[in-house]
Amino acid sequence: MTELMAALTDTWDAENSWKLSTYEAAGGYEGLRRALRTDPADLVQMVKDSGLRGRGGAGFPTGMKWGFLPEPDGGPRYLVVNADESEPGTCKDIPLMMASPQHLVEGVAITSFAIGCHHAFIYVRGEVLHVYRRLLAAVREAYAAGHLGRDIHGSGYDLEVTVHAGAGAYICGEETALLDSLEGRRGQPRLKPPFPAVAGLYARPTVVNNVESIASVPGIVTHGADWFSSLGTEKSSGHGLFSLSGHVTRPGQYEAPLGITLRELLDQAGGVRAGHQLKFWTPGGSSTPIFTHEHLDVPLDYESVGAAGSMLGTRALQIFDETTCVVRAVSRWTDFYAHESCGKCTPCREGTYWLKQILHRIEAGDGEETDLDLLLDLCDNILGRAFCALGDGATSPITSSIQYFRTEYEAHLGGRGCPFDPARSTLFDDTPQAPPALAGAGGH
Amino acid sequence: MTATTDKPAAAPPVETVTCTIDDVEVTVPKGTLVIRAAEQVGIQIPRFCDHPLLEPAGACRQCLVEVSMPDREGNLRAMPKPQASCTMTVTPGMVVRTQHTSHVADKAQQGVMELLLMNHPLDCPVCDKGGECPLQNQAMTNGRGDTRFVDVKRTFPKPIEVSSQILLDRERCILCQRCTRFSEEIAGDVFIDLQERGAEQQIGRFDEEILDFAPPSGQDRADSAVDVPQGVALPDTSGQPFASYFSGNTVQICPVGALTGAKYRFRSRPFDLVSSPAIGEHDACGSAIRVDHRRGKVMRRLSGNDPAVNEEWITDKDRFAFTWQAADDRITTPMVREDGALRPASWVEALDVAARGLAAARDSGGVGVLPGGRLTVEDAFAWSRFARTVLGTDDVDQRVRVHSVEEVDFLAHAVAGTGVGVTFADLEKAPAVLLAGLEAEEEAGVTFLRLRKGVKAGARVFSVAPFTSRGLARLDGTLLPAAPGTEAEWLGTLAAQAAGDLVPASADRETLEDVAGALGAEGAVVLVGERLAGAPGAYAAALRLAEATGARIAWIPRRAGERGGVEAGLLPGLLPGGRPLTDAGARAEVAAAWGVDDAALPQARGLDTVGILDALSVGQLAGALVGGVELADMPDPEHARRALRAAGFVVSLEVRASEVTELADVVLPVAPPVERAGSYWNWEGRVRPFAAALDSTALTDHRVLDALAAQLGATLGAADPVQAHRAIAALRPWHGERAPAPQQTTSDPPAVPAGTAVLAGWRLLLDDGRMQDGEPFLAGTAKTPVARMSAATAAGFDVFDGDRVTVSTDRGAITVAVAITEMVDHVVWLPLASRGCRVHDALGVSPGQPVRVAPAEKGGDA
Repeated sequence: MTELMAALTDTWDAENSWKLSTYEAAGGYEGLRRALRTDPADLVQMVKDSGLRGRGGAGFPTGMKWGFLPEPDGGPRYLVVNADESEPGTCKDIPLMMASPQHLVEGVAITSFAIGCHHAFIYVRGEVLHVYRRLLAAVREAYAAGHLGRDIHGSGYDLEVTVHAGAGAYICGEETALLDSLEGRRGQPRLKPPFPAVAGLYARPTVVNNVESIASVPGIVTHGADWFSSLGTEKSSGHGLFSLSGHVTRPGQYEAPLGITLRELLDQAGGVRAGHQLKFWTPGGSSTPIFTHEHLDVPLDYESVGAAGSMLGTRALQIFDETTCVVRAVSRWTDFYAHESCGKCTPCREGTYWLKQILHRIEAGDGEETDLDLLLDLCDNILGRAFCALGDGATSPITSSIQYFRTEYEAHLGGRGCPFDPARSTLFDDTPQAPPALAGAGGH
Repeated sequence: MTATTDKPAAAPPVETVTCTIDDVEVTVPKGTLVIRAAEQVGIQIPRFCDHPLLEPAGACRQCLVEVSMPDREGNLRAMPKPQASCTMTVTPGMVVRTQHTSHVADKAQQGVMELLLMNHPLDCPVCDKGGECPLQNQAMTNGRGDTRFVDVKRTFPKPIEVSSQILLDRERCILCQRCTRFSEEIAGDVFIDLQERGAEQQIGRFDEEILDFAPPSGQDRADSAVDVPQGVALPDTSGQPFASYFSGNTVQICPVGALTGAKYRFRSRPFDLVSSPAIGEHDACGSAIRVDHRRGKVMRRLSGNDPAVNEEWITDKDRFAFTWQAADDRITTPMVREDGALRPASWVEALDVAARGLAAARDSGGVGVLPGGRLTVEDAFAWSRFARTVLGTDDVDQRVRVHSVEEVDFLAHAVAGTGVGVTFADLEKAPAVLLAGLEAEEEAGVTFLRLRKGVKAGARVFSVAPFTSRGLARLDGTLLPAAPGTEAEWLGTLAAQAAGDLVPASADRETLEDVAGALGAEGAVVLVGERLAGAPGAYAAALRLAEATGARIAWIPRRAGERGGVEAGLLPGLLPGGRPLTDAGARAEVAAAWGVDDAALPQARGLDTVGILDALSVGQLAGALVGGVELADMPDPEHARRALRAAGFVVSLEVRASEVTELADVVLPVAPPVERAGSYWNWEGRVRPFAAALDSTALTDHRVLDALAAQLGATLGAADPVQAHRAIAALRPWHGERAPAPQQTTSDPPAVPAGTAVLAGWRLLLDDGRMQDGEPFLAGTAKTPVARMSAATAAGFDVFDGDRVTVSTDRGAITVAVAITEMVDHVVWLPLASRGCRVHDALGVSPGQPVRVAPAEKGGDA
């Protein structure tokens, strides 16, 4: 039985949790002070030893990523924090930055020091203005307290931090598109190589890390790599935020060591909403193949989820009960991908445009049996053929939902249309509505 | 003729890698892309965004192949996904399977093709590209038989008019980004870019409605905006009106019919066209072009593919300006003057009249020869020989522009008979290039592109000019500001700096050290343009600079025939192959080759163009033999007109009716380039031969001169191309003394009294030239003339940015808008020959001379 824990969420329930004083009262910035007395190379080694893997979805070992930077050549090198959280279902970084932004700011300072960066950037999703403002305030507070800026805590180390708001594009969560966007260009993924570690922001060596990855760094420095690696599983160490949403009694952020199961999380969250059963769920956002109740006991770590045919992704656990039409859900996700495809490569640009039309047709009852095979074949022609992972992600919900719910798709075909009442799947009301008492009574 | 091929250089050993593609082993240089390596073994992988001269994009995903690579232990490991062969370089031991041997690659390609086609209109039967369309062709070779797409296609309103010349049909576009990459990477004048995203992504120009924002402040379309096209010009990606001299290349590299040329749109089908390779006649670059014609009519021109010269790019002028060759005013029959008017005559009669008239003029004062600067080498040699042997004169000058004796000396010393010198490839590799009297983009278009390629690889460009032009800015160039006529100061001081001599105390030492140091690097080049003829001492100083720094020097004239003319001796005092006329040995060699007595050749240097015109005006010369000369191009057109009017007898060899034919006693029609074979020498000294594209009865200059010589009892040996070539080859390279370097001359800069400024100017690529006649779409992209001056200079004349200003002399006036430009003071710049701004003609002055400047009177206009 894996228990919940509080690392990044330790002060979320405190009064004014976002304030620097709250963070410091809980021991915040101890890690930075310790880091500034440590050799940067040792810090990198510490993060390598901790086993921290990228929390943005791909799970690449963070310390190894830092180690890819070439030897310093006297020119600038950058840390860029990817805070462009836009995946449908994914909602961990934004609550974290809202509730306790100093975790990130301290992580930025330590990481920058470790990799020899003197100017770090936090690229925040443009739509979340409140988070942007909170981050700006947090950085301002950190500067005022001497955690950022010139000669930090008398160490002689200087660091500037710039918080940048994106302009609302899912693709800018892709690290090279993010860099282009940050440089003021059109956000489209870059050709790799060169990788950002070699030629990233302004063609200089750059580390791009997810918010949660960076926010986990102070804890590693404070409590040690061993503490971190003792959490979770052997290959998926440490803690993570698990975001439960959808048809669940108490949706929200649940922090736990990696390897916890959905069954355990649902126990903590009060289960699927009353009177309903789990139908399907996403382990890591809409780009990860869906799971069903069969997968309730799959440990939520990189290896186990991968072995079960999906990806841990961003631990965005969207719960759907039996009132949900899987075709409708997948169709909405596909609308998202068609809307957010950057347009650079053919498979994603044209493929999502086509997938969207087919799914809408099926949902409306205008689909035919051959359309399901067409969908699968199209997905096969997109998956692994697109320029970046966005195209791959667009196919995941389609292929996995047809795998598990083909009969439900078939029930839509041949003029039958959707057998579900979409109103029943809404959270605000899942019972047939009685006519309003005053209906037809005129009134003002 | 001298050596014409690139000197073989000791090639450094190339590091190679070996891989296997479809079971065929291939060894290629390290860094080669998989798609290129496959071409080496004859395997064509379908592609759209890939272009060998553009950076890889990996956007279309059509070229997917299966790749396996050895891991550290040497075990071959397949990559999990098919890879884009246009972005992946070959690594040792790599195993590639293309559509020929891999089902996965084949299916991936078919899948991408289906996706590309699903939103593509089926308008192939009316599309310009139909029949030569990479999408059409590869859909047949690598696509499915039919589509499964039954849904709604994406459509766009029909075409966007990017410029008066370029139209964009967005629904045909497959978003390969070749056009945008060309404009960004090659030409540097970004005019279209990707907009929107996903399925709505489209190529477009600056459109506030699509982009949802206005041009950045300070980039508003002011009246005074410079480089504004005369015709329709939509805002480019910066919000400026779009102007490009290279936009036609995007039409050619578009792999579908999305970008089309206004002139050619809907005009013909590729399979009805006959394609003939040819050479561009509009500048001295010698660009390889392709002439596509149908039933004796040229329908379009495209860039040829010549990696050594123009790669695959040409200027819009070389591409679109061809209608002049078939203009209504073509002269189709010889004409002789009778009772003051020209009337058609037979060749027999016309040659007879011409021969008798020329003979009489020759014997009663002499004949001046003005062959013009656009001849083929074959023609140039015939003209040279005709002047020296038949007319017995050295009064021959091809230059129809500002010229000087110093220039002849420079050409005789440093250019004539030197064979291939600096090449395009050298420019690309040069660490530093200094331009003097040369605005590369305007005066030698593809040279500009090659310079830019060098700059992108790290080269530095310096330019001695009055201001930083848009072209120089795109070369990331450093301006060495010089008032017109004072170029010699910079060149001379730089030479002194490099040689360790004293430099004037007033000089900018930091810049001098920087530039002289850069030019001292191995491979540096000094490029001088013909406009240095208007700057006394500049050619001599350029030679000293080259000598002091070790930089190589090359001369880039504007006209296609001038380099060949220098070779043929179409300058006073210069015999073919760089032989000085005054050298008895040289004369003997030439006389022997031409089969005449030594004594028959003139022995004293003759008159140059202005000298010939002067002599004609006062009756010292009795007649003139004139080739393709536009009198309006002369430094003083009025003077030239008076001279030809005064001339006793004028014979004109022309393609079209001109001011000269109006004044001629006999007009002998000659063939335009498209109707004849020949060769140009480009500025590199490279021979650029071409065959006749069209069947024609029109005669070449050398054929006409040969007949005229025969009529006069002489032999020219130029009756047909083969004979003409033999006559040229008969002259071996000259190993005697070269002409001495020009003497250092100086002249004081002109005084600039109040109300006047020194005129600066050059000809723009697209202007009022007669070889652009009949192409209104192209003319629409020509820049609107403006008068550039510094803010201080303008303040002195009480004019402001955008005001109309009148530039005048006693001869006349030109009124255009003022464009305040950061440039040297007391100077006003005008385009020399643009529509409404024919400076030589209207003002009778040349750059370097003073002109009056004043605010335009109300209602006054050019």
